[in-house]
Amino acid sequence: MISIVNAVIYILLAPIVGGLVAGIDRKVTARMQGRVGPPLLQPFYDVGKLFEKETVVVTITQNFYVLSYLVFMAVSGALFFSGGDFLLVIFAFTLSHIFLVLGAYASYSPYSHVGAERELIQIIAYEPMIILTAVGMYLVTQSFNISDIIASSVPVIVYLPGIFVGYLIVLTIKLRKSPFDLSTSHHAHQEIVKGVTTDFSGPNLAKIEIAHWYEYVVLLGVVYLFFGFNPIIAIAAIIIAYFLEIVIDNTFSRAKWQMTLKTAWLIAGAIGIVNLATLYYLRGGVWL
Amino acid sequence: MNELLFLIGFPAIIAILMLFIHKDKLRNYIVIPSAVIIGVASIWLLISCFNKNTILYAFPFEPASKIMYIIELLLAIFILYLGIKYRKTLTVALVLIQAGLLVFFETYLSSGMHPENNLFIDQFSIIMAMIIGIIGSLICVYSLGYMDTYHKHHTEVKDRKNLFFFILFIFLSSMFGLVFSNNLLWVFFFWEVTTICSFILIGYAQTPEATNNAFLALAMNLLGGVAFMVALIYIGIIDPSGKLLELNTLIMSGQAIALVPAVLICFAGITKAALMPFSSWLVGAMVAPTPVSALLHSSTMVKAGVYIIVRFSPVLAGSLEGFLIALVGGFTFLLASSMAISQSNAKKVLAYSTIANLGLIVACAGIGTYKLMWAAILLIIFHSIAKSLLFLCVGTVENRIGSRDIDDMSGLIVRMPKIAVMMFIGIAGMFLAPFGMLISKWAAIEAFIVAPLGLLFVAILAFGGSITVFFWAKWMGKIISVPQAMECIEDTVTKEKWMVLYILAGLTVVVCLIFPLISSILIEPFIFNIYGQTAQLAQANLTIMAMMLFLLMIMPFSMLFYRNGQKYVGPYMGGMTTSPTMQFTGAMGTVRETTMGNYYLKDYFGEDKLFMIGTVLCLGILIFAVILTAGVVL
Amino acid sequence: MTYLSKSPWILHYDASSCNGCDIEVLAALTPVYDVERFGIVNTGNPKHADVFLITGGINSQNVEIVKNLYEQIPNPKVVVAIGICAASGGVFRECYNVSGGIDTVIPVDVYVPGCAARPESIIDGVVTALGILEQKKLAMNVNPGTGKKSPGET
Repeated sequence: MISIVNAVIYILLAPIVGGLVAGIDRKVTARMQGRVGPPLLQPFYDVGKLFEKETVVVTITQNFYVLSYLVFMAVSGALFFSGGDFLLVIFAFTLSHIFLVLGAYASYSPYSHVGAERELIQIIAYEPMIILTAVGMYLVTQSFNISDIIASSVPVIVYLPGIFVGYLIVLTIKLRKSPFDLSTSHHAHQEIVKGVTTDFSGPNLAKIEIAHWYEYVVLLGVVYLFFGFNPIIAIAAIIIAYFLEIVIDNTFSRAKWQMTLKTAWLIAGAIGIVNLATLYYLRGGVWL
Repeated sequence: MNELLFLIGFPAIIAILMLFIHKDKLRNYIVIPSAVIIGVASIWLLISCFNKNTILYAFPFEPASKIMYIIELLLAIFILYLGIKYRKTLTVALVLIQAGLLVFFETYLSSGMHPENNLFIDQFSIIMAMIIGIIGSLICVYSLGYMDTYHKHHTEVKDRKNLFFFILFIFLSSMFGLVFSNNLLWVFFFWEVTTICSFILIGYAQTPEATNNAFLALAMNLLGGVAFMVALIYIGIIDPSGKLLELNTLIMSGQAIALVPAVLICFAGITKAALMPFSSWLVGAMVAPTPVSALLHSSTMVKAGVYIIVRFSPVLAGSLEGFLIALVGGFTFLLASSMAISQSNAKKVLAYSTIANLGLIVACAGIGTYKLMWAAILLIIFHSIAKSLLFLCVGTVENRIGSRDIDDMSGLIVRMPKIAVMMFIGIAGMFLAPFGMLISKWAAIEAFIVAPLGLLFVAILAFGGSITVFFWAKWMGKIISVPQAMECIEDTVTKEKWMVLYILAGLTVVVCLIFPLISSILIEPFIFNIYGQTAQLAQANLTIMAMMLFLLMIMPFSMLFYRNGQKYVGPYMGGMTTSPTMQFTGAMGTVRETTMGNYYLKDYFGEDKLFMIGTVLCLGILIFAVILTAGVVL
Repeated sequence: MTYLSKSPWILHYDASSCNGCDIEVLAALTPVYDVERFGIVNTGNPKHADVFLITGGINSQNVEIVKNLYEQIPNPKVVVAIGICAASGGVFRECYNVSGGIDTVIPVDVYVPGCAARPESIIDGVVTALGILEQKKLAMNVNPGTGKKSPGET
């Protein structure tokens, strides 16, 4: 069941929720570092300020790529929240990320070039695991549709613990948290300056930030899916998972791409596949 | 039936005409109308036959078979002569074995055979015919301009354009024959003709490299031909009346009877589709002129290999041998995609991508559930269109900038804007939602999940699919990044080439939009006839994808809004002043250029290492499958 | 009240400073002074910055760089010259290789004297700069720039 109402609510409210999540992130990080930290609404001030700057570009196509990134990110998230097909949501997200990568390639700075290459490596690192997550959800609830997965009373987490662990590992990559914040980061990891977002400024940068907020909401929504049978536990799980991510972010420094790829594929992927294989076997399904 | 005979015969007649024409203008006047006629004839075939199910035609077995036998012997002598001349022992051995088997078959077995329904048409053949007729003829038109420029740039290559176009049209004719033949002996004949066409076209430049690669392709395809012959002999022995030579009868006779020949013929299909361990011939075949790569080695000839495997899919379904064949396809998909990451030669990237996607089609066909067959046919359609578009774009670019290396294509969006956009569309068509290849892969994932032992293939698809994102996206990035002021060199491309490229690019988008129509008119009835049930994508998803496609098409217009009031600065280079040519002052005051290359990750996705893994793995699986099959026979 | 003063992002550049003032600038970012609570973030990227904090004087090597960085910062922007060397060249003013303070190359909005300037002074200077930034933004709203500009023009 595709719900248009949910989609509209998402498109309107997700930036607010995502921005608050980002603000909480900065506040908690500051407290962990013994600082006071910025106000909770700081991300909104940041985006507001960025819109007040003039638009400066290297090439005019950057505007198109960033706008497409934002639009397709919103579309993918809207698809997720309106209960659509999980796999289609994943592929729509890939489409929007490719636009960000293309925007970085279009400005021919070495920093954004390296950032774009690393962003691609990140994409191929997390995508198999995310697809395996969708497959796992299908195996447990017999449907790819988000609406069915949420409505299911089956405790998904009980059947997919390995997938959940794998998902958390790639969540670190998707949220751009250390040690996997290779291509760009909100912290002052300036190894390749700002990586993918180096040559974007003003309103373009604001749009990228808003797109990140849309993404946060969906990523945390996937965590919810694992605990959909009990909303209270689910919200608690989201809070704990995100807190865990912040802790990891502040504890580790940036890893190399080799480590990122190996961790995502060999560790997350292996755990995920073992989980799924066990599930197949226990279900007396179609595994040996 | 007349349409079938026309489609087989007309290109053959044009081919013979081509052999005697040496003047380019005259050739143009004949090729272009012929191509249009072939295209229109294929569409006419679609219109007249789409709503009928399988139609069998009782075309007489003799004297066509005798003529084919004679031609095959002549071709064998021809290959023997060339093999001896160039000292290729493997080729000589294989052609002798194959010819020997053929003679054995014709002498002892075929005399008592009277198969009746030797030609046929069904929805799958119509789809293949459309691909051959439309894409094939478009590529023939493209070749006119391409070969002119090719010979201007390669003055050391002898001008044998008459032979080139002769072979091109013979190839079209034999491909039509292949998909319209119900008689396996005739399929074999057309199969061998396409092998010879490929051999001659790969070796067109007559350099040592071209010759060696041509013989490599020939040897591997002959190996497949030997397997095919063994299958035919097996059929001849178990059913001397020749009824089982009819493809539809063989498939309907069930797994118990048909499995052995199916496995053998699928082996032939594997060699023709260049799956591992036979992938090296396709990669080597990239030395041929680009229309050859576009026509034979991506959209049509190699599709014959997967076509026959998909035909036998109902026989393979549920069997261990079928699973093994699917495994070969799956590992090929994973490993070939990985190898594509480390390549910078555009044609090699396309070659590996082709091999990978063919592997995926075979993986679907080997497991053979109805959903997978649906996904496989979708993959065939979308891959042919997008890949041929990409090859033709690369060919055009190569003719202008003189290089096939992706790293040399930076700034293509400025140097050759329309070509770059079409290349963009082609690449997007290969891996992005909501374009066709992604839809097919999505359908394949959803189908594998419910298939026996499908988890392995789901994992292969998840990893392999992600890997393809990497090498396509970095190619896209390369063509849109513009490091310095460049001039547009596009206006020298000929009218015919533009026409062909526009049509193919348009097809990529249009077929993506109308594929539900194609599915319901052609693919679903075909699958329903075989399995009694059919697959399709949910309506809601189709609407969403159409919406996304629409969005994608209007988004570029947003750039018009940004025209005015835009402030430009240079890219950030650490504050060092960037000149338009991306030079900066380095240490000791020397002026240095910035160069930016893509990542090739050679340590992880290196060609040699992965090739070895793939060869060993797939060879092992195939040997196992052959042993199993031999065990069944004995 | 614009958002600019609530979220000023700085670009910190060392022209030819001895690093004394730079250390004090970075000290302002540490938990002791914690300027992030004002929304100040040290981006290393001119395209993301609003406030250009420069230390040290101008010599022939960094003339082009300072100009380049200044051009890449989108409007509205302010420049804060930190330390006496940035203000006027400091003790190196008479040297053959130093041409003077930052204002010989780009317009400076706030001068923070000192050698080295204390973090409190630096923060005070930045806060003053924020006020100027607001004025510039409001002026920009009244007179928006029009037409296409070529690279390098501010």
